[in-house]
Amino acid sequence: MLSRESSATLMSAVTAFLNREARLQDEHQYEAWERLWTDDGVYWVPANGANIDPEREMSIIYDNRSRIALRVRQLMTGKHFTQTPQSNLRRLVSNIELMDEQPGGDIAVASNSLIFESSLRDDTLWAARNEYRLRHVDGDLRMAYKKVVLVNNDKAIYTLSFLV
Amino acid sequence: MNVVRRMVQWNELIHPDRVHGSLYTDRSIFEAELQNIWYRTWVYVGHESEVPKANDYVVKSIGPQSVIMTRDEQGKVNLLLNRCSHRGNQVCSYERGNARSFTCPFHSWTFANDGRLVGYAFPDGYEGQDRMELALGRVTRVESYRGFVFGSFAADGPTLKEHLGGAAETIDRLVRTSPEGEVQITAGFLKHRVKANWKFILENECDGYHPAFVHTSIFGVADSMIGKLYGGASTALTRDYGNGHTEIDLRPEFRKRDLPMSWFGTSEERLPDYAARMKAAYGDTAAREIMIDGTPHVMIFPNLFIAEIQMFVIQPLGVDDSVQHVTALQFKGAPDLNRRLRQQTMGSVGPAGFLLADDSEMYERCHRGVLARNPEWVFLGRGEKRERRDELGFRIGHVTDEVPSRGIWAHYRKLMETA
Repeated sequence: MLSRESSATLMSAVTAFLNREARLQDEHQYEAWERLWTDDGVYWVPANGANIDPEREMSIIYDNRSRIALRVRQLMTGKHFTQTPQSNLRRLVSNIELMDEQPGGDIAVASNSLIFESSLRDDTLWAARNEYRLRHVDGDLRMAYKKVVLVNNDKAIYTLSFLV
Repeated sequence: MNVVRRMVQWNELIHPDRVHGSLYTDRSIFEAELQNIWYRTWVYVGHESEVPKANDYVVKSIGPQSVIMTRDEQGKVNLLLNRCSHRGNQVCSYERGNARSFTCPFHSWTFANDGRLVGYAFPDGYEGQDRMELALGRVTRVESYRGFVFGSFAADGPTLKEHLGGAAETIDRLVRTSPEGEVQITAGFLKHRVKANWKFILENECDGYHPAFVHTSIFGVADSMIGKLYGGASTALTRDYGNGHTEIDLRPEFRKRDLPMSWFGTSEERLPDYAARMKAAYGDTAAREIMIDGTPHVMIFPNLFIAEIQMFVIQPLGVDDSVQHVTALQFKGAPDLNRRLRQQTMGSVGPAGFLLADDSEMYERCHRGVLARNPEWVFLGRGEKRERRDELGFRIGHVTDEVPSRGIWAHYRKLMETA
């Protein structure tokens, strides 16, 4: 168990990390966001519940590290029309909690997020439960795993082409 | 309905090379389509592999209506309407499961999974009532073709085989991709909603003109060979099978390449288990041909799209509100292929897909665009002068030609006129 002091220090670093990630996503800073990932990062947005098996069932996003890079490269072309023009975004990240320690020393974190998207189509509100595994790499925190469980992922949803 | 029929002269709105913009945006036309197309002709509902065991069920739809596809104890597939015959409450509130019966939560009426009313609460008060009259509503006719289950609300009309016509062969071609000759739908669906009329989706599925432009962002960064299939120099074809069914036939390009599994951007060497099973099942020569030709790219009117590696089901909810239900095709006896099919499908379709997000953006922008009535028409004339017939008599054109859209609208007009 972490002491109360080191736990508070860690929480503060984690909170700063999540806030920074949120800002990079909202402001479409794709390359800076990609640099937050570890080399073995997994980015997962399940469909039809929180606990499906992504190796057997369809997910909205199930990206390994190279597909994360591809996603970013597509956005960078400026011709990914669903993000041309880009959605205007602002998200609130809250309910940040440190969860049980993970094997290998990864830091498990959970949070909620509420995202307001304004696009050519309309204004859309997205809400999600996020789970992360963060890791210290060369003194900085990085994401090794991010799971975004949209609260309405069992329903028909509009295009989700920004970084969620 | 009758009011609409009197008002609309379909031949004034649908010409061979152009259609009127109001066909996508007029609410009364949408209502007429529900009656004349969705609630009358054959509509794809689900696949038998989604209800493999006795008493399995899965909730599907025909247009805005909720339909429960069940397999009863005798093994028969039923399409039941999700509406209690008493006061209209939905009797099934889960997307899938296994149940012998459905009990309405409102007054506890219970229906067997073949639709029969088997009991109501406090049966006194129903003296002399014939329970048979109070069964769940059913889709009037149910037929399946190689596991694909279709329903029609009309008591009469063409058989499913007649409706599929020449397009049935594309499904035959599809199932041969399995060493056991069967498609399975087991990966679950992504449900992608768009604020656009369903016919923009229907037409786009076999529009070979747009990929070079709409998908340029992903073709450019993904080292994809798909773009070339849709270029000016491509030998691929568009085909109008009649009855609204349309195809992009990519086989001429794949046959030129002459490389097994090239259609899926891979090779026999990378799928040794699959290749071996195919050869064992079909023999070396036929297996090689199947693995070169690949799977079809066919739109079965009005709502089933088979796109090589995935399946889409189009659902209209309103004149400007549609859902695409999408899933990876899975081929029985092909586990190594199936894994890749799932991975590729997740990357390309659904709300965050590299391909479909941009298609969906186009449908929505088209829908907002055609609300402007100057010009009034949507022009579909590309390749009209160079259309020709293939050896079976089906109309064909270059992959970038609008043969499919013209075929869809000719059939649509016939259905709307003969209401």
